Amino acid sequence: MDAAARVQMWIDERLNLQELLAPLREKTVPVHRHSQWYFLGGLTLFLFTIQLCSGVLLLLYYRPSANEAFESVQNITNHVQFGWLVRSVHSWSANLMVFCAFAHMFSVAFARAYRKPRELTWMTGMFLLFLVLGFGFSGYLLPWNTRAYFATKVGTEVPGQLPVVGHWIMVIMRGGEDVTGATLTRFFALHVTILPALAIGMVMTHLLLVQKFGTSVPASVESEWQANPRLRKEIKFFPNFFLRELMGWYVVLAFLIALAAFLPWELGTKADPFAPAPAGIKPEWYFLAQFQTLRMIPAKIFHIDGEVLGILGFGLGGALWLALPFIETLLGTRGARYVRVGAVLALTYLASMSVIGYMAK
Amino acid sequence: MGRLQTMTVGGALRVAVVLLVPSFSVAQNKNVCLDCHSKLQGSLKVTAEQDAAAVHGHKGMSCVTCHGGNMQDEARAKAAGSGFRGHISREQIPQLCGSCHADVNSMKRFNPSLRTDQLAEYHTSVHGIQFAKGDVHVAVCTDCHGVHEIRAGSDPRSPVHPLNVSKTCQRCHSDAALMKTYRIAATQYADYTDSVHHEAMVVRGDLSAPTCSTCHGSHGAVPPGGGSVANVCSRCHVLQAQFFDESPHKAVFAEGCATCHSSHKIKHPDDNFVSLAAGSACGECHTKDDDSGRVAEAIHGRLHKFEVQVADARVLLARAETSGMDVADAQVLLGQANDSLTKARVRVHTARFEKVNAELDAGSKPAVAALSAGEAAMKERSFRRRIIFVPGIAILAVVLALGFYIRELERTEQGSQRPSEDADRKMAA
Repeated sequence: MDAAARVQMWIDERLNLQELLAPLREKTVPVHRHSQWYFLGGLTLFLFTIQLCSGVLLLLYYRPSANEAFESVQNITNHVQFGWLVRSVHSWSANLMVFCAFAHMFSVAFARAYRKPRELTWMTGMFLLFLVLGFGFSGYLLPWNTRAYFATKVGTEVPGQLPVVGHWIMVIMRGGEDVTGATLTRFFALHVTILPALAIGMVMTHLLLVQKFGTSVPASVESEWQANPRLRKEIKFFPNFFLRELMGWYVVLAFLIALAAFLPWELGTKADPFAPAPAGIKPEWYFLAQFQTLRMIPAKIFHIDGEVLGILGFGLGGALWLALPFIETLLGTRGARYVRVGAVLALTYLASMSVIGYMAK
Repeated sequence: MGRLQTMTVGGALRVAVVLLVPSFSVAQNKNVCLDCHSKLQGSLKVTAEQDAAAVHGHKGMSCVTCHGGNMQDEARAKAAGSGFRGHISREQIPQLCGSCHADVNSMKRFNPSLRTDQLAEYHTSVHGIQFAKGDVHVAVCTDCHGVHEIRAGSDPRSPVHPLNVSKTCQRCHSDAALMKTYRIAATQYADYTDSVHHEAMVVRGDLSAPTCSTCHGSHGAVPPGGGSVANVCSRCHVLQAQFFDESPHKAVFAEGCATCHSSHKIKHPDDNFVSLAAGSACGECHTKDDDSGRVAEAIHGRLHKFEVQVADARVLLARAETSGMDVADAQVLLGQANDSLTKARVRVHTARFEKVNAELDAGSKPAVAALSAGEAAMKERSFRRRIIFVPGIAILAVVLALGFYIRELERTEQGSQRPSEDADRKMAA
């Protein structure tokens, strides 16, 4: 018996890992014409893991204060061995993670994989998307450069428009009336402790639910399989599907390294709170649709502040999207069609407003 | 009548206030002059809008302030004893405006910070001197400031706002026929619009840039004499004037700065300005056969060499920056080199090679350092792009190995499933 087998046996005798891993061995993944969409969830998880690893490495050198943050990132980029690679990989993988999370969400919505009994899986996934956006918003300020400073200023002003509680929320977010070093410390704490703790807990819950209910098959494929059971095809999750996922992760890792080397993430200039905001300041691409909507919305709609209506609209849209499985059930037989139309409209709206926002000066 | 008798004193007072207040305000606002003049044509036409826009109207002055008369009562508007002056001739204008604007006590009531020496200055100007000789074609107050719609000079709609001054002056000074009578060229405005000063003022909107009145004065407008040109230019170009004073040119340039830079058509000088090439300033007087010509050539050569060095560093740093390399420290060095180049260009006014060279020597070290930093950044960029091939090839190998492994794995699984499927089939048969 070789050493590895002896170690495995030693662990098994104490922890009975074989029993724990048994459900994973029995888990299967359906194979059909839409199977490629199953890889998006794992890919998002892989990018999240890269975020954790590269984030920990950046933490070794990053200093979260208004006086030192920019210089410490500059030091990471210019002087720390392979710091440029870690920082760029962290920034690029954050963006790819947001993209994969959105793609995963829309693939689940179009495949109607949120149907009973997977309502909670959908909801935990949505909470994860909100957390991912929170990571993006809080992490964007940390280099303390001009673009990040003013984008955060605009971003924190948005909830400040809400009646009654708006100003209070804005002050809590900023740690005062304006974006200062206090905001940076707050965002740092949120980015490296609160959000990761919440995200890890939510990821575990999400995975547990995925394990519990198995992989969903799109309704159209399911009806075909019911009509002809011989068409049903499945592969084992472990090792067959997992190895395929591993291949995808390696390809994405290579892509990330290439992006970091050929298109390093720009640092810009240090934020100067007393300088005027540069022209054409915009948030990151995943907030562009909301930003552009607030820019285009009329100042007053039926005597109500347009911006307030816009913010309330985003909140309502998010809540409706979160409750998608229940809305489909409530709508009855037409539910599926309405949800599909809603998903197409939501995707079109987000894509077109983002493009308009990107092109706008 | 009976009802009035029954009214209390307080009631009567209230009625009086109600009736009198509107009539008082109507009396205050009444302007019978405008009632007629707003309907007239040509120079006699004055509208309520013009009156309302004028700075004098804002300060509570009205038609009668200048023209006299009675603006409350149409029947007595021009009556004898009302002080009606009617039309004010050009001969009367400076004195009439000066009756308030040269009176310290009058101006204190309206705008204590406004100067009161405009009339005195006007008398010293070419316009004022000609006017005193009886020439009524020269500019008087209203030609520049307007008549009824006079706005404050800080109002961009005013003809004497810095953005509009040159256009106001050119109304007469571009009139070739009029200028011919005074034996003055009429090309100043065309020249000025082709100058670096006009570009700064109109294109870039820099209100501190020079316009006609900056160099010639406004109320006391005179062309600065040849000897005074340097003094006028030095109000903004302080160092250039100081270095020019040290130069051998100071004693021989009758027109001062204008000798090289011209007066109205002042172009942005480049380094070729200091050379012996055609169109250069130095080449106008010097040749390569005289010592001064050789100094000009030496200054030009040194400036050109340094400029090329700085430009090379700038291009390299820009390339490194667009490739994502952080070259902020090198940009600071480049800024120092640029400062030295600017200082050296100002030192050109000394016309001494050693002075120009000393400035450029001070900038050489940062220029070389910036270039080296740019080269190092580009080298680092190349290293980063090469080094990724190591993990790239490793990852490719792992992906291929995984692909083969999955294929083998599934082939083996299918192989082991087939005998059991065959057995099932046999059992079914």
